[in-house]
Amino acid sequence: MAVRTGVYHDSVSLMRVSSALSELAGVEVAIVAMATKLNLGLARDLGFELPPADPSDLLVAVRADDVDAATGELDRLLGALSSRQVAESADYPPRTTRSAARRGGASVVLVSVPGEYAFAEAADAIEAGLDVMVFSDNVPLEQEVRLKELAAERGVLVMGPDCGTAVIGGAGLGFANVLRPGPVGVVAASGTGAQQVTSLLDLAGVGVSHVLGVGSRDLSAEVGGRSTTAALRMLDEDPATELIVLVSKPPSEETARAVREVVEKLRTPVVTALLGTGGPDLTAAAEAALRALGREAPRWPSWPRPAVSGRLRGLYSGGTLCTEARIIAGGGEFVDYGDDAYTRGRAHPMIDPTLRLEALASAEPGDVVLMDVVLGHGAEADPAARLAPAIAAAGVPVVIALIGTEGDPQGLRRQAEALYAAGASVFTSNAEAARHVGTPTDKRGRS
Amino acid sequence: MTLLSGEPHVITVGADLLGEALDAQAVPRTAVDWRPPLPGTSAALARVLADPRRAAANERAVGRLTSARPQLVGVRPAGEVLGLAPGTFLHAGPPITWERASGPMRGALIGAMLFEGLASDPADAADRLAAGRATLEPCHHHRTVGPMAGVVSPSMWMFEVDDAEHGGTAYCSLNEGLGKVLRYGAYGPEVLARLRWMGEVLGPALAAALRLTGPLDLRALIAQALQMGDELHNRNRAATSLLVRELAPAVVDAAPAHAAEVLRFVNGNDHFFLNPAMAAGKVSTDAARNIPGSSLVVAMARNGTDFGVQVSGLGDRWFTGPAGVPDGLYLGAYGPADANPDIGDSTITETSGLGGFAMAAAPAIVRFVGGEVSDAITATRSMYEITLAEHPAYQIPGLGFRGTPVGIDVTLVARTGVLPVVNTGIAGRVAGTGQVGAGLVSPPAEAFVAALNALAD
Repeated sequence: MAVRTGVYHDSVSLMRVSSALSELAGVEVAIVAMATKLNLGLARDLGFELPPADPSDLLVAVRADDVDAATGELDRLLGALSSRQVAESADYPPRTTRSAARRGGASVVLVSVPGEYAFAEAADAIEAGLDVMVFSDNVPLEQEVRLKELAAERGVLVMGPDCGTAVIGGAGLGFANVLRPGPVGVVAASGTGAQQVTSLLDLAGVGVSHVLGVGSRDLSAEVGGRSTTAALRMLDEDPATELIVLVSKPPSEETARAVREVVEKLRTPVVTALLGTGGPDLTAAAEAALRALGREAPRWPSWPRPAVSGRLRGLYSGGTLCTEARIIAGGGEFVDYGDDAYTRGRAHPMIDPTLRLEALASAEPGDVVLMDVVLGHGAEADPAARLAPAIAAAGVPVVIALIGTEGDPQGLRRQAEALYAAGASVFTSNAEAARHVGTPTDKRGRS
Repeated sequence: MTLLSGEPHVITVGADLLGEALDAQAVPRTAVDWRPPLPGTSAALARVLADPRRAAANERAVGRLTSARPQLVGVRPAGEVLGLAPGTFLHAGPPITWERASGPMRGALIGAMLFEGLASDPADAADRLAAGRATLEPCHHHRTVGPMAGVVSPSMWMFEVDDAEHGGTAYCSLNEGLGKVLRYGAYGPEVLARLRWMGEVLGPALAAALRLTGPLDLRALIAQALQMGDELHNRNRAATSLLVRELAPAVVDAAPAHAAEVLRFVNGNDHFFLNPAMAAGKVSTDAARNIPGSSLVVAMARNGTDFGVQVSGLGDRWFTGPAGVPDGLYLGAYGPADANPDIGDSTITETSGLGGFAMAAAPAIVRFVGGEVSDAITATRSMYEITLAEHPAYQIPGLGFRGTPVGIDVTLVARTGVLPVVNTGIAGRVAGTGQVGAGLVSPPAEAFVAALNALAD
């Protein structure tokens, strides 16, 4: 048990260090984390006695047969993190976005610091005249509104907060699938919603110009669709964009009206997917986009096993995918592990599958598990590696919506085949996956 | 529309994983070495950063600071220019009482009592000061700055510096030299004799010379000195030489009887220019005061007990923390145990983009910052992280004539945890000792946090 001052690493890097340390022989528990309230609580729950520490300190709690050996390994792992950071910049490294922006050359800022600190970095970007994507969640609503007001004054775009994905000029920011270049521009208030639509388009051979996320709350009455309307106008001006797809959760009434007014004035045609309103689901939106481009929708790749029924449990990492599946399945118990409540102080379930694997392991006979697996940059390097054995061990039917493309680093087909081999049904359309299951009542109604 | 048409180059701040995802796509990026802000500041930071006045207020404040044109216009007695009544003494740093005053501060006050003839001997002076028979006020409250103890009494002569751009005026005492001197808390007979000579000979001679030369452009002189290896706090050798070159003929013309001894005195003290540099810093930072919403630091000053800062948007309020003991090199047999906590208004040099902030300009004194030239360069580079601007006139040849980092922003200090680099002399902790060394000191973070919290209220 020790506290180190003057050291900082982000939570994801430290979780990698913790898990590398935990896998050492003779190590019972290892927590290496910034000494936030949550992490201190975690250590206390594991029976460690805590010295005084504040969140800028690094907390090291190790229980092992040979603590010195574990500490040595820890030093090596932390040293590797630090030397990588130093090697990146021979000059004095910028300590704020403001400083990085002053060095020139940048076109966009990607902010993923913890939500309570995100405002400062995003405001720096806006003041420097740079567009900014705020991946961070847990950013207070009034700060989001203020950022978007500032952005409107400076003529830049704020993507987020809680913006999971963007693709700009071929560069994927945040969780981003590898998409071929093409004519479709996407504006999305939902990261996984955008990933589903663009992945399906890619599977159909149609690429994207840009994907602009706007953040999950942009279309709320408070935020008023400020980023959505700005992003729509930007894509309208973009010569590479021939068709715009707008993916949104249900907007407030006023906001919907404001967005509609903007859409009507655009020269570029717009296909809108307003989820949860009885409108088209994500797959239908992708199909509508294909039709608008004069293309046939293909049969979406799938690796199905016979349809199943039972007590439906949805274990999702994508909020929009979760909502869509719940509406289509018409019942069942759904949990969105990507929700703020589950990501405070821990990594997103697309990076760290632990919570969902635990939930899968606790499935009971008679359950049917429906889950999403999202591929692409930023996501877990090989999700099937841990999920496939868990599926095989779960002893209940598992249906998977696999969101990704052949170009993704994880490989769509390789992942699908591994999950199928473990016993799961696999669909590239979340809507089709959800239709493959359903509550027993549903099934009876349909047959 | 540059976002959608140009080649993406991404600034990443936060999770390494998302930066690595860009590396895997060969997208060029600049990684911010981000760390959480100083503990307990995140709520205040969000409020201050969201203040709609802030960006424009800071731009205006730092613009005034860097556009100031300090000129040395005269040398006059403190009693005359500051209206100091007998028994009133100015001192360095934020307000302090005799009870809380450190050794060198007490020593300098005792010396000033003796110099003004208000006490018969040191013990009598101490008794009178302890009994509250003198009025103590910060130099900064009187458009004045003083090095080390910074004690100013009515009979002392002062440099008078005007800001030709914004019209302000600031004052600083004349530099006594090194060793046993009043500003380091020494008050022996030789100290008092020197002060008397400075009032009778040095001050009047410099005043007469300046009447002949007319105003001296300190902005230009400081800019030249930076290019000659000074940082204007712990090294003033080039600037002092330049000052002598400017004034020598006029001193000869104006005061032929005393010219040799005056020039010998100025020439023999490599720190003589520190005081005009401080007055130049004071008049420049005063130009940036009282701009509502601005988080720019307009004063950092120490009284030997407390380190205090003042902020443009917060008027004349002081925000303090305990003064630290400098880490440095010691004279003769002195060591860290002999050192007094940090003292003096000379941090006005750092506040105006000189001193520790310009360390990269002064390779000759890198022993103070760790020994290597690269340490000096790192010290200056790190200061760009907490400042709002680069000085248009004060440039550093070794950094490609980049302007010095200037205009400390309390929000940037809180966000980065990077504290101002301060070069300083070290006073002996016992009254009467004088200087024991020189080195570097870190200001207390709580002074900046307190200022930030006040901005958030």
